[in-house]
Amino acid sequence: MAQWIDACATDDIDEEDLIRWDHAGHTYAIYHSPDGEFFCTDGQCTHEQVHLAGGLVMDYTIECPKHNGQFDYRTGEAMRPPVCVNLRTYPVKVEGARVWVEV
Amino acid sequence: MTHRDYSLLGEDARRAVETGLTAAEWYHTDVPRKEMKALMQRTDMPAIRDTIILYGSMIVFAAIGVALWPSWWSAPFWLAYGVLYGSAMDSRWHECGHGTAFRTKWMNDVVYQIASFMIMRNPATWRWSHARHHSETYIVGRDPEIAVMRPPALLKLILNFFGIVDVLTAVPRMVYNAFVGVHPSEKTFVPESEWPKVVRAARLHLAIYAATLLAALWMRSILPFMIIGLPRLYGAWHHVMTGLLQHGGLADNVVDHRLNSRTVLMNPISRFIYWNMNYHVEHHMFPMVPYHALLRLHDAIKHDLPAPNTSIADGFREMWPALMRQLRYEDYFVKRELPATAKPYREEFHAAA
Repeated sequence: MAQWIDACATDDIDEEDLIRWDHAGHTYAIYHSPDGEFFCTDGQCTHEQVHLAGGLVMDYTIECPKHNGQFDYRTGEAMRPPVCVNLRTYPVKVEGARVWVEV
Repeated sequence: MTHRDYSLLGEDARRAVETGLTAAEWYHTDVPRKEMKALMQRTDMPAIRDTIILYGSMIVFAAIGVALWPSWWSAPFWLAYGVLYGSAMDSRWHECGHGTAFRTKWMNDVVYQIASFMIMRNPATWRWSHARHHSETYIVGRDPEIAVMRPPALLKLILNFFGIVDVLTAVPRMVYNAFVGVHPSEKTFVPESEWPKVVRAARLHLAIYAATLLAALWMRSILPFMIIGLPRLYGAWHHVMTGLLQHGGLADNVVDHRLNSRTVLMNPISRFIYWNMNYHVEHHMFPMVPYHALLRLHDAIKHDLPAPNTSIADGFREMWPALMRQLRYEDYFVKRELPATAKPYREEFHAAA
């Protein structure tokens, strides 16, 4: 059953950037959008098993550091080849200065 | 001595998967996240400037070539046009394929499609082959873009300075893709969802060449082909010259780009044609960094890389004797010294091979 987990502090992530977050044997990516919102997706690119944490956030897209494939990190939609499979996303809420993820 | 099987469906391909070579993690120089973020930043302006200069120059050179045709006075203008068509399009295809040249997606896509046509590459197939080239750079049997195989086919390399092998490979494949479909070897790296794009692009390219042929027949002149098609032959030399230096004579089946890629310092004209891909170790290690930031990336990580070759001639002086030795002993490769400040090479897979 899904539960809310305290993942990180809001100031752990610069605006228009992301961090890696590992929890219960799974790896995630948490994003801080240019307008101050937070989002969470699976950490590994769906093309090849490369972590997105080394990638580039531009507006609402995350670009994979290996092959430059892009996802919309708000919806997980695959935006640019070589990625074809969407990224799984997770609900996020901010309470105080903490980011919570429902996993 | 090992005999290499470069077929994507062959024995070395199977062995690379079995031994874990294809799943191995590649070496990366440590770069602080803030610094890397700054290097990865995208902007449209450098590529817009370069694209205007490139296509503007091509229009001017071709117009003068046509005006002076069929006089030999037109030859220098065709040679200049040819290099921009048959060589600069290689780097434009490459950078826009990565999506790093422009910040704006449609700009990358437009230049990618035009460059793919001019360099005679199927834009759908080659996007995927290049992804594989980055995942498994110079892994024998897995990388579909190995330019210099072992032992080197020297006659083919020399013919390709005039684009002959590339064109003789590309045209039948274009016809195959247009009328039969995706080739079995392409199916090993192009996902099935992309196959219709391969066929559509091949048909479009074929239609443009057919229209060029009709124009040539109607005019009773090869002039239309001087503008479309033939420059892929008479202008290919520069991209072949620089392309061979990327990996030629260096290690294969390793997971450290410092061992299998070469950075070569070049003159500004070659760097414009090549869009800074002379910083090739840097590009492979960090493909997110756009061409216009590669010089800054080089400065940031050069403490961890072998010293670059100082010129194109210097690169050939290192590579060519190695290719000659590989004719007799294909396991030979050039291993360059790392500076004292560098982390040691990762060569466990090479040692195992």
